[in-house]
Amino acid sequence: MSRPEIEVRGLHKSFGDNEVLRGIDLEIGQGEVVCVIGPSGSGKSTLLRCVNLLEEPTRGQVFVGGVELTDPDVDIDAARRRIGMVFQQFNLFPHLTVTENLALPQRRVLGRGKAEAARVAAENLERVGLSEKATAYPSSLSGGQQQRVAIARALAMGPRAMLFDEPTSALDPELVGDVLAVMRMLANEGMTMMVVTHEMTFAREVADRVVFMDGGLIVEDGTPAQVIGAPRHERTRHFLSRLLDPAMAEVEEETSDQVGGGT
Amino acid sequence: MSDATKQDVPLRRKGLSRTQKRRLSRGIQYAVFVAALIVFAASADWDRLQNQFAQADIAEQMFPDVITLALKNTVLYTVSGFAVGLALGMVIALMRLSSVGPYRWLAGIYIEIFRGLPALLIFIFIGVAVPLAFPGTEIIGGTYGKVALALGLVAAAYMAETIRAGIQAVPKGQLEAARSLGFSPARAMISIIIPQAFRIILPPLTNELVLLFKDSSLVLFLGVTLEERELSKYGRDLASTTANSTPILVAGLCYLLVTIPLGFVVRRMEAKAQEAVK
Repeated sequence: MSRPEIEVRGLHKSFGDNEVLRGIDLEIGQGEVVCVIGPSGSGKSTLLRCVNLLEEPTRGQVFVGGVELTDPDVDIDAARRRIGMVFQQFNLFPHLTVTENLALPQRRVLGRGKAEAARVAAENLERVGLSEKATAYPSSLSGGQQQRVAIARALAMGPRAMLFDEPTSALDPELVGDVLAVMRMLANEGMTMMVVTHEMTFAREVADRVVFMDGGLIVEDGTPAQVIGAPRHERTRHFLSRLLDPAMAEVEEETSDQVGGGT
Repeated sequence: MSDATKQDVPLRRKGLSRTQKRRLSRGIQYAVFVAALIVFAASADWDRLQNQFAQADIAEQMFPDVITLALKNTVLYTVSGFAVGLALGMVIALMRLSSVGPYRWLAGIYIEIFRGLPALLIFIFIGVAVPLAFPGTEIIGGTYGKVALALGLVAAAYMAETIRAGIQAVPKGQLEAARSLGFSPARAMISIIIPQAFRIILPPLTNELVLLFKDSSLVLFLGVTLEERELSKYGRDLASTTANSTPILVAGLCYLLVTIPLGFVVRRMEAKAQEAVK
């Protein structure tokens, strides 16, 4: 494999006195699908948001496609165009129709013409199976449909990598499948993907690698079979047992470093 | 606690039930209101009032000028003042939200000063102080320009606060989504945030329009030509030439002709916005 598509070196991030990331090193190769799992407050979403600099890292470097985003002289807006991001809360633009949601960023950011933007929008809506909702407003769509539109909106910019921040966590359980199906399709097409998720089935079946984070550090990094199937660390085992079989968990003392910080 | 459960309780109070009490209290309120109306109507001298305020022939004589000239000018002053206020208010709102300290302070000072001064003083200031301070300079558009500026300066202070609140009411995720798609901060503001903010603040902005509509009457402190008179000045002038106050009443009705439908529109928009939130 050539140069990694996403490369994170010695990444630290603090919010005030709260050190959320304490030295992260991570490489994601071209076409690789990496799922990041871990308890809430472990820093996994912050890590994802640092990759496209939605959060400014306190220390460390982030490279995407060989370009150092943490270089203060880099054109961050230009760099972000090549990194798609999908949010937990969809964040579609509510004042625009589905097609406009896809077309406006292309026109304003990439300078594409009206016709081309409309064509690319239609193509990507078809990919996520929502061509018939082209003229609808986001508020009339289900959560699952909104999230698929959000994915299509990111794809319409022609990204070289996609970041997913708990894309199914805000969805009703019966709507999760449609979104995961779109993500699986993307993975099969060879998209480089970094996915923060609690969907263990997706991680097991689709991911090339699973990264387990806890307390702002990467605890375990390997194939799904290694990390989910045969975790080496006690913390990973503990987390997985709680996630896979929540009814069996026992009441425990809260430790202060686990409280707060859901990002 | 509903009435049904109350009745099931064994400790039922003696005397009037809750419904009866409510009816009685409402009846008393109506009675007081009607009595006050009757006292007012009986004590007013209707003949003199009619004589002074409702002379049909004087009212007739006002048309069509009261509409084609006075109302037209009032609308023109208001709309131009609103336009200046909106543009200036937007700039001040963005300064207020800026990460640059001095911008924020300047905007804050502007808002505090112009929100605290009576509009009348600002009209006098524009009319007297500006020509004094900059002799030889003419404000573009003559009286129309001066009115637009004076009304705009007043309106901008209020609108800036409204616009700022509107921008802050747009969820943070919208800016994050725009930035993650490669929008620059300015572009995200223009294409994504401000259009949504305006949806939120349309009702309060329309209210501001109603206020400006009334404040446009202050033009008379600038000194206007016959052709530049708006409703209040026109009504007052005619009232003094005819020695009768009917023109004041007609001018007043002309204001209501615009403000009542506008108020209706605002309430409709508010109801719609309420529905959208649900």
